[in-house]
Amino acid sequence: MTRIYVPRDTTALSLGANEVAEALKQACADRDIDLVRNGSRGLFWLEPLIEVETDRGRVAYGPVTSEDIPALLDEGLLDGQPGHPLYQGPTEEIPYLKSQQRLTFERAGIIDPVSLDDYIHHGGYVGLRKALAKTAQEIVDEVKTSGLRGRGGAAFPAGIKWQTVLDADARTGSSPYSKRKFIVCNADEGDSGTFADRLVMEADPFMLIEGMTIAGLAVGADTGYIYLRSEYPVAHQILNEAIATAEAEGYLGDNVLNSGKAFHLEVRLGAGAYICGEETSLLDSLEGKRGQVRVKPPLPALKGAFGQPTVVNNVLTLAAVPFILAEGGEAYADYGMGRSRGTLAFQLTGNIERGGVVELAFGHTLRELLEDYGGGTASGRPIRAVQVGGPLGAYMPESQWDTPLDYEAFSEVGAVVGHGGIVVFDDTVDMLDQARFAMEFCAVESCGKCTPCRIGSTRGVEVIDRIRNNEHRDNNLILLEDLCDTLEDGSLCAMGGMTPNPVRSALQYFPDDFHRDSTTASQATSEEA
Amino acid sequence: MHISAQDSSAGADLPRDWIQVEVAAHKAKPGPLLPILHSIRNRLGYIPEAAVPLIAEGLQITRAEVHGVISFYHDFNTHPVGRNRLQVCRAEACQARGCRSLEAHAQETLGIGYHQTTPDGEFTLEPVYCLGNCATGPSVRLNDDIHGRVTPKRLDALLDQATTQPLTLQPLAEEPES
Ligand SMILES: Cc1cc2nc3c(=O)[nH]c(=O)nc-3n(C[C@H](O)[C@H](O)[C@H](O)COP(=O)(O)O)c2cc1C
Ligand code: SF4
Ligand code: FES
Repeated sequence: MTRIYVPRDTTALSLGANEVAEALKQACADRDIDLVRNGSRGLFWLEPLIEVETDRGRVAYGPVTSEDIPALLDEGLLDGQPGHPLYQGPTEEIPYLKSQQRLTFERAGIIDPVSLDDYIHHGGYVGLRKALAKTAQEIVDEVKTSGLRGRGGAAFPAGIKWQTVLDADARTGSSPYSKRKFIVCNADEGDSGTFADRLVMEADPFMLIEGMTIAGLAVGADTGYIYLRSEYPVAHQILNEAIATAEAEGYLGDNVLNSGKAFHLEVRLGAGAYICGEETSLLDSLEGKRGQVRVKPPLPALKGAFGQPTVVNNVLTLAAVPFILAEGGEAYADYGMGRSRGTLAFQLTGNIERGGVVELAFGHTLRELLEDYGGGTASGRPIRAVQVGGPLGAYMPESQWDTPLDYEAFSEVGAVVGHGGIVVFDDTVDMLDQARFAMEFCAVESCGKCTPCRIGSTRGVEVIDRIRNNEHRDNNLILLEDLCDTLEDGSLCAMGGMTPNPVRSALQYFPDDFHRDSTTASQATSEEA
Repeated sequence: MHISAQDSSAGADLPRDWIQVEVAAHKAKPGPLLPILHSIRNRLGYIPEAAVPLIAEGLQITRAEVHGVISFYHDFNTHPVGRNRLQVCRAEACQARGCRSLEAHAQETLGIGYHQTTPDGEFTLEPVYCLGNCATGPSVRLNDDIHGRVTPKRLDALLDQATTQPLTLQPLAEEPES
């Protein structure tokens, strides 16, 4: 019997993976094949990437369409033969993958995401078993040793947050939730240019479930919620399936692995609001309210979900935990540089030849990612600007691409690593359009609490339109700077506070785009028709 | 203003009993409001005005609170939507792959702007800010399927497919009012 893998993650599906699987099934109706729907390896430019198991290991072909199947079979697909032009060789030898340092994405694309057996067979649930043999404080100490920092953007040390929740007194209050603590996974992944959270959930969901269960043991929480953006229907389905299996097999529920400890897990869907990625807004949304940002303090660690002590961590933060418990905090800390320990999943996106997930220890440069991994733009034109760290991150010109990818080094040049999203633009980009979009996005997604963010962003769009049309351009450029100051100073959260990043960097590094003859300037679109 | 396939004030078709059952089913869980609104949206495509008092009563909160929540979230339309929901990603990574011309094409082909429904009730067009498919943009979501590297031509084919398939199942699809 021949085992063939056809991925089922969102990207592979978006490029026709189901049609490929169907074509394979039909063409092989009278052959003995075992078709496995794996996650994705994250080599998205090769999707759909199908793999065949051979005695030389798994062999890859991609990007495959359903029309390619007959020719592939003729050229010896089922034996892993090299004849067809889509032959990529042994998967693990593909340089893009081979040179990565995969800890979090170690299993991605290798296993069937909803097979608990596969997960366990590939090292899953070792961390939970070790955690069950430890005290809560010992688990927290292990996470502290690892140096793991939050992967959702703010890079706060995870161990310190957990310690606060562990030490918090949950007994106060008369609400039906008193005595309880919660683990909340932030799976809102709203940043454009990011999909690493999604890939974890779609390719290796048990790892997240295990990480949350360990977090529950560490702080004494018996319930977890995964707050998932509604834009991720595939992840939703896969998570629900994996949770049901984990419950049925005793990895979740009232008595986790007969330890006497309970941990329940539920997915809650967001409803299309970017701001609900901000942790306090997320908590209000989880409670069934408008997702408005709360004033801190109190910290969510002390007064979080339903007023109770709560760990809020990003998907990747929680997904790193099983490795840390299985291999030890030291093993994780051995990767990285300075205060940025471990690995980060960079996501190469936008106008890039080889887009995908690149997990590396901190310290590589942006240029290595863009050139060695990314292979330049998909359009073949020169790269002009790169936005790192999501819609609130700065646009970086070529002079900054040698900055090492680490939280502190980026912050020195006024940029952010954030969730590791890297969006590439070629030389046809109009940076005035990009600055305008940053303001427009802030206007659309503001939670409405602060006037500068709610109103200032709309003014920002108008001012940029005037700059484009050369109406009192110099005065409006000054006005735009003032607006950025106001947003920075008068915003409660980073939505308003960091929207100036993309705007200012566009102005500073690409000034020509703000001084064009108005007749040659391009015309950006708006949500409002 | 566009005309919807159904009249938004119509309360006649409102599955009142079902909504009440749905509210009761979620009521015991912490933070039940979003799950309730999602389940109504899944079934009806939107949140009818007449559902608001039923939810408010069931959860013992004010109607204003329910309204406040519905209006906060982009997902919860308060008017009927088309049989198909087309979302075009407008975010940065898709911009880098030409989504600005794709959105223009979608609006022109369907003859509507964002947040509008075609007069025949087939499509509602919505903006979306990232579908997590940013390495292979531009991306769109048609109902629950996400599509990558969508050219204008590919979009036309997707729209075609969406209209031809359900029509064979529902040959008596209601005519739009005009
Ligand atoms: C506007 C805004 C949007 C955010 N979006 C996300 C998000 O989508 N996912 C995420 O994990 N964190 C997001 N964050 C960061 C969270 O507020 C919070 O820092 C994070 O969930 C903490 O988890 P971590 O320590 O594991 O990173 C956002 C913050 C802001 C200000
Ligand atoms: S800065 Fe904007 S998003 Fe943040 S709290 Fe203020 S209004 Fe809300
Ligand atoms: S930016 Fe369009 S899918 Fe992410």
